Amino acid sequence: MLKTLRKIASVGLISEPAPAPDELLRVRRAADATIAAVLGRALCIRHVDAGSCNGCELEIQALGNPYYNLEGHNIRFVASPRHADLLLVTGPVVRNMETALRRTYAATPDPKRVVAVGDCGCAGGILGECPASLGRVANVIPVDVEVPGCPPSPARILQGILTAIQG
Amino acid sequence: MPLRRWWDRAQPVTGAPHVRGLGVGAEEWLQVARDVAAAGGVLHALWASCAATGERCAHERAVYGAYQTDGGVLVVELTPPDEAPWIYPGIEDIFPAAARMQRSAHDLSGARSSDPDVRPWLNHDRPYEFVRVDGEGVHEIAVGPVHAGTIEPGHFRFSVVGEKVLKLEERLGYTHKGLEQRFTALPILQGHRLAARVSGDSAVAYSWAYCQALEGMSGRTIPPRAAWLRAVCLELERLANHLGDLGALGNDAGFAFGLTQFSRLKEDLLRATAAAFGRRYLFDIVVPGGLASDLSAEAARALADVVRAVCAETVELRDIYDEHEGVRDRFTGTGRLEPERAARLGVVGLVGRASGQARDVRVDLPDAPYTEVPVTMVVQHGGDVASRVAMRFGEAHESGRLLTSLLSGLPHGAHAAEVGVPADGAFGVGLIEGWRGPVLVALQAGPSGSIRRCHPHDPSWQNWPALEHAIMGNIVPDFPLINKSFNLSYSGVDL
Ligand code: SF4
Repeated sequence: MLKTLRKIASVGLISEPAPAPDELLRVRRAADATIAAVLGRALCIRHVDAGSCNGCELEIQALGNPYYNLEGHNIRFVASPRHADLLLVTGPVVRNMETALRRTYAATPDPKRVVAVGDCGCAGGILGECPASLGRVANVIPVDVEVPGCPPSPARILQGILTAIQG
Repeated sequence: MPLRRWWDRAQPVTGAPHVRGLGVGAEEWLQVARDVAAAGGVLHALWASCAATGERCAHERAVYGAYQTDGGVLVVELTPPDEAPWIYPGIEDIFPAAARMQRSAHDLSGARSSDPDVRPWLNHDRPYEFVRVDGEGVHEIAVGPVHAGTIEPGHFRFSVVGEKVLKLEERLGYTHKGLEQRFTALPILQGHRLAARVSGDSAVAYSWAYCQALEGMSGRTIPPRAAWLRAVCLELERLANHLGDLGALGNDAGFAFGLTQFSRLKEDLLRATAAAFGRRYLFDIVVPGGLASDLSAEAARALADVVRAVCAETVELRDIYDEHEGVRDRFTGTGRLEPERAARLGVVGLVGRASGQARDVRVDLPDAPYTEVPVTMVVQHGGDVASRVAMRFGEAHESGRLLTSLLSGLPHGAHAAEVGVPADGAFGVGLIEGWRGPVLVALQAGPSGSIRRCHPHDPSWQNWPALEHAIMGNIVPDFPLINKSFNLSYSGVDL
C-alpha cells in the first residue's frame, strides 16, 4: 500500500491540455447543429471496430492514459450504443460487420455524431475495397469528422472528437 | 526416427533458417502429421493455395501445412489428383487447431477437408449453428460481435449454469477483409506494408516475416546493422504490448492503479519510439532489404535511457502487483490451461510458454541478430492468469535487457540493401517470434514482381481454441480477465 501511494505521489499530475478543434477534419455539417448545447460538457462514446487491423484501437485505448486523460475532459467510453452520443468507428467496413455497424448506428439516440478514425475508416486505406470489404465508413453510415493516419495519434483522435461536438 | 525420412526427402526453402519443403500425396500428408505429432512437434499453419474469396480456384490447387519440430520447420505441400471434386484428409484429430484453419481454407479456396464439421468459418452468409448444451438449468449467454470495450469484434456463446461456464464457443471471422486476395493486387516489393497491417499490434513481426521470406527468395542477405535494428523494433513492440497488457490485466482485476501506471509507461515508450524512428507504432519501418531509416548514435542512447527507466519502474510495479492480495487472489488459479492440455492443443507463443510449452523461435531457430545476442526463454508452468502475467513481467524484463545490448552494440554499416524482384514461382517462408508468438508468412512470387500467393499466419489460430478450455468451470465475470490474459488477435485470424 505504501509503495502504491509513494508511486502516485512521485508521478504527480502529468495530464496535458486538450488540442483545439480542427475544422479541416470535418467532412459534413449536421443539420441539427446543437449537439454541444444538448450534451453540455459530458460526452459518451461508443467505439465500433468495423474491420480494422487493431492498430487504431491501440491509439484509442491510449486516450485513457494519464497524459491524454480523456475522462478529465468529461469524455468517456460507454458499453452500449444506447448510452452513446458519438460513435468512433475504425477500419474499413467489412461485409461481416456491415449489419452490426448499421444496427449500432440505429441504436444510438439522436442527436448523434460519427467520427471515422484512421486511413481505413476515412478512405478505405490499404485494406481497401474488395469483395469482402465496403471501404470507408461513409459508404455505410453518415460521417461527420474523419481523422486520417495509420494509425492517427491519440492527440489527433481527441482533436477529431472535439471537432465533432462543436457542430 | 520416422520423421527422419521426411527431412531427408525435403528440399531447402528460402527465408527463415532451417525451413525445408516437401511435396506429398494424401496418405503421406496424414503420415507426416502423425510423425510430427509423435515427435512432439507443433503445427504452425495450414492454408490452401488460392485466395479468391467466394471463387473457386482455377489452377494449381494445393494445401500446405507448416510444422515445427526440433530440426526446424517442415512445409508440406499436398497436391490433389486431377479429378474434381477433391476432398483431402483433415488432420484435426492429430492437431486440433487445424480444424478452423481447414474450414477457413475451404471458405477461401474451395479445398474441402474430410472433417465432418463443414460449417463455414470466415464466410458469414448463412446463420451459424452453435453446439448446444442441454441439461437442467443450463442457459446460453450470447456476447458480441460488438463488445463493451475498445477491442475487436467477435462473438462468444457461453453455456452456463448459474455463474459457472460449462462451455464457451467462439465465433470469429467478423473482421474478414479478404487480406490474402488483397496481397495479390500489390507488387511484391510493397507487400510488407499490408503484412504490417494483418494484426497492427504485431506490425514489426509481420513485416519482418514477410521481408525475411522475400529476401530469401531474392537471394539477399541483409546488412548486419539492419538485422540488429529490426530486433530493436521487434523488442520495442514486445515491450509496448506487454506493458499495455499488464495495465489492462490489473484493471480487470479491479486495480485501476495498474492501468494508470502501465499505460503511462507504455506512452513513455511510444514517445521514445517516435523520437527514434519517427513513428509511435512501427508500421512501415521494416522494409525489404533492411530498415526504412537509420538510427543515430544519440537517438539510440536516448531510446536506451527510456527503456531502462521504463523497465526499472516495471520492476517496482511487479512488487506492487505481487503484494496486492486482491490482485493475487484474482490472478491465481483463474483460467487454468494445464501443460498437458496445452501440449495436446498445440498452443504456441506466450500463452504456450505460460503452460510449460518451452518454444520460442528466437531461441529454437535463431536468425541474426539473435544468434549473437541470445535470448533467455521465459517459461511458467502454472497455466493460469497469474502465470500469463508472470510471463509478461519476465519477457518485458528480458526485452529490456536485449534492447540495452542491441542498442549499445549496433554494428556499423548500411541499414538497408537493394532487393530485386524474385523469379516467377519462387517460394519463401518467414518465421518471427512476435510478442504473441510465432508469426509465419508464406510467400510465392508471380510474374514480373507480382504476388501469386501470400498467407500470413497469426499464432492466435492455435491459441483461440485453448481459450475455450481455459474458461471452463470458471465464472462468467472472470471471462474478461482470462480473455485479456490470452489477448489474442481477431484481425490476424479473420484475414
Ligand atoms: S488506419 Fe492503419 S492502423 Fe488503422 S485500421 Fe487501418 S491499417 Fe490499421
